[in-house]
Parts: sequence; structure tokens; C-alpha cells
Amino acid sequence: MKLITAIVKPAKVDDIKVALQAAGVAGMTVSETRGFGRQKGHTEIYRGAEYTVDFIPKVRIEVLADDVDAQSIVDIIVTAANTGSIGDGKLWVTPVEQVIRIRTGERGGDAL
Amino acid sequence: MQAINSGDTAWVLASAALVLFMTPGLAIFYGGMVRAKSALNLMMMSFAAMGITTIIWVLYGYSLAFGKSQGGFIGSFDHLGLSSTLDQVTGPEGHQIPVLAFAMFQLTFAIITVALLSGAIADRAKYGSWVLFVAVWISLVYIPVAHWAFAAQNGEGGWIIDKLKALDFAGGTVVEINSGAAALALALVLGKRDGFKRDPMRPHNMPLVLLGAGMLWFGWFGFNAGSALSAGSLAATAMINTQIATAAAAMTWVAYEKKRDGKATTLGVASGAVAGAVAITPACGYLNPLGALILGLIAGVVSAWAVTRKYKFGYDDSLDVVGVHGVGGILGMLAIGLMATVTANEAGANGLFNGGGTAQLTRQVIAIVVVALFSFAATWLIATAIQKTIGFRVYRDDELTGLDTTFHAESAYDITGNSNRY
Repeated sequence: MKLITAIVKPAKVDDIKVALQAAGVAGMTVSETRGFGRQKGHTEIYRGAEYTVDFIPKVRIEVLADDVDAQSIVDIIVTAANTGSIGDGKLWVTPVEQVIRIRTGERGGDAL
Repeated sequence: MQAINSGDTAWVLASAALVLFMTPGLAIFYGGMVRAKSALNLMMMSFAAMGITTIIWVLYGYSLAFGKSQGGFIGSFDHLGLSSTLDQVTGPEGHQIPVLAFAMFQLTFAIITVALLSGAIADRAKYGSWVLFVAVWISLVYIPVAHWAFAAQNGEGGWIIDKLKALDFAGGTVVEINSGAAALALALVLGKRDGFKRDPMRPHNMPLVLLGAGMLWFGWFGFNAGSALSAGSLAATAMINTQIATAAAAMTWVAYEKKRDGKATTLGVASGAVAGAVAITPACGYLNPLGALILGLIAGVVSAWAVTRKYKFGYDDSLDVVGVHGVGGILGMLAIGLMATVTANEAGANGLFNGGGTAQLTRQVIAIVVVALFSFAATWLIATAIQKTIGFRVYRDDELTGLDTTFHAESAYDITGNSNRY
């Protein structure tokens, strides 16, 4: 099994969710987060003062997937999250040792 | 009991309640404007002002501010513990109200004036030191200035109102310039917040700021129209002038900000409303409605410019008490010298633009300069004395952690129940 983690622009979350649902993905977790990559921060003017904002708001999406589904889910997210402009985010895939559905105790692929 | 005018009395009693309502409004206005980690502390500073000031007022504050004048500089000890006030009346024949209605009304002015100062030292003052500061500042700064400008005693009262005859309807000197100058002194003595000019330090909850601004706008009708001390046409003039200037300044602040920064912010509309209400405070009983409109339009732009001076000069007046209250108060006092008209108030004067020459303008300038200098110097001495003895500024670690957990063992947003506890 794989854990797919994507850091994306907040405005793209809905598109990603709709695309994943359409593909039959059973679950996902989102959390608001902040950070910077090659985009770095940007400057903002507020009440007449200019500030550098280092950490830019992003949304972190996490999806658990069977090994065979992982690549198609990755493609769906990358396609849906892409705007072509700087700051679109990153996605990475990590191996998962064990998954358990807490209510029933099911393990592995059955727990997804 | 001497005869009282029940209509006038009802209005002053209601106005006292309106003005008291402004201080929790200020707490909410300020509380939303700071970072979440110290929001409760700032709100607590306003509530402490309500408590401490009231105790002082009953013990000796009212007596020293409004007792029989000693040469125009301070009142007397005739009313310690509010003695010799029950069953007494004050005001002109036919418009008399109970002394205690007047004492209560004036108490609410003292409370909000000292509460305003908390905005200049947000996020970095020791709570206990603030409580001490409130007591000392009310005693040594507010009470004398209130006596000078508010204690009319048939020509024998406070020197600003009875000798100089500068006009200040509802507290341009006593409340606004006084708090603005004192705020500058406090900001200088306590120093900048860690991260000033480096971190954005944006308001953490703008809906709270707007709610607080609305409470202030509402309560200001008691502040200004109540200062007529009667329920008549002068109160009506003061009320509509307050509405006009407040609304106009809210719009011009935002327009100026949109041009300067590219966005019209809710913080701008809230700040502009307060700046307009501040500017009209001394002038509301002396201008006609068009004069109030002009003053409001100007005040929004000038205050919006003034609040950015702290970045240029490097003083951390965190919530812009100097730029809004100090500058707005000065504008309002000057507006009287320029635009006052006796058609609005027979007891007032004609300003420069209404054929009155520079006589009234000169009086206004003297009142502005003396109150600003006295307030700045006295506040600087008081704050420095506290800083050098028990300490006024918090330790850096406490400042970075946030003052809510440090001083109050609470946090404003304990949503999960997992916030730090002691």
C-alpha cells in the first residue's frame, strides 16, 4: 500500500476532490498548512506597511491507496492540481506498512 | 431634593450607560486586532480599567476632578467618597440633573480614556504593572486634565474651560489628545514588540474588530450627544454631527487605503469610523452638519496617513492610539477654531472661516499643546518609574509564548480543550 501526500493550492482542493470521487477513491484527508518551496515567500502590503510572508497557505491532501491504484490516483491529483503557474505544490508517494480500519479491525487492502 | 429636569436626567443616565458600553466595545475592537495568543490579556486590560477607575472615582477621583476648583488646576477634597453629592443637583436653571448622574457620566469617560492606552502597549505589558499604572495615571494625569477642560464653575473652574475658554464639547483634549500623547510615551518606554516591522502581526479576528467598532460607534452617541447634559436641540446637533463625521471618515480612510495599498480593508473601515468619531468629539456641539462632514472627510485621510508614521519613526504604537486618537483629537480641536459657528451653539464661537478671526483658533492651539505636553511628560515619568521598579515590560519568553497563558492561565480559542494549562 501507498500513502500519497500532496501539498496543493487551497483553491484547487475542490477540483481534486471531485476528480478523486469520480474515480471512485473511497477516502481522503485534508489539512490546512503553510510552507514554502522554490516559490519562496512573497511581499504583502497591509495598513501601509510591507511585509515578507515566508509561509504561504497550502492544503495537504493525504490518500491511502493499493499499490495498483497508486499511479492513477497520483495522475488524477497532479492533473487536477495543475495551473501551470508557480506555487502549484508537490506530491510524493511513500510505502505504508499496515492499514487497519479501527471499527472492524480489518487489515490491509480491506481496510481502505 | 432640589427640582430636577426629568428629561435631561433620563438622557444623561442613558448616556452614561452608552459610554460605559464603549469600553467592552474597545476591548473587543482591540482584542480582535492583536495576535490570538494575547487577545484575552488586552481585553482584560480594558476590564481592569473599568474596575480600578471606578474605585478611584468614588474614593477621590470625582472630588479632585469636579470639586471646587483650586485656581483652575485641580478640584478639592469636598466630595471624598462621593460625600455631599446625594440629593445635590448640577446644571443651569431649568436643566438641572442629579450630581450623581453627572458623576457617573464622567466616570465612564475616565474609564475609556485609560483603557485606550492599552492599545499602544499590546502584547508586552505585565498585567500587574498595568493595574498599578491605571491607578496612578488616572490620579496624576486624567483627573487634572479633566478638571482643566470639563469642570465649568461659573468662570472659576478649570483653566481651559473657564479661563482660556478653549472649546471642547466632549473630550478632544481630555480623552483624545490626552490618550494619544500618553500612548506615545508608553510605546516609547516599553519599546517595540519582538518582531515589529519584521512580522506582519495582522489582526487575528476581524469580525471581532468590526463588532467592537460598531459598539464604539453606538456608544459614541452617549459620549458626544450626552455631553450636552440635556435632552434638547444641542444633543440632537451633537448626535447627527457624530453620525456624519464617523460615516464620512470610514469611507475616506478606505478610499485612501485602496489608492495607497491596492485593497480596501475591513480594518480600514473600522479604523476610519473611530477616527471620524474621535475628530468630531470636541467639535460635535459647535459645528453645523456640513462642517461635520468636511471634518469627517479630512479625518479619515489624515488618520490613515498618520498611523503609518510609526514605521517611519520606529515607535510601536501597536494599535494606533497616537495616529487615531492623538491626531484625530487635534484635528477636531483645530476644526472648532476654523469652522465653529454660533448658529450651531450660542455658547460656542465663530471660527476663522465664519468671521471669528483667529482668536478661537489660538485658544484651541494652546489647549492642544499644553494637554499634549503635560500628558506625554507625566505619562513618560510614570511609566519609566514603574519600569525601573517593578518592571512594566514582560520577559521575552512570555511575550513570545503569549500573555494569555502567561498571566491569565487561559487562551481565547480553547476549541479542542488541548491548550496549554497550568
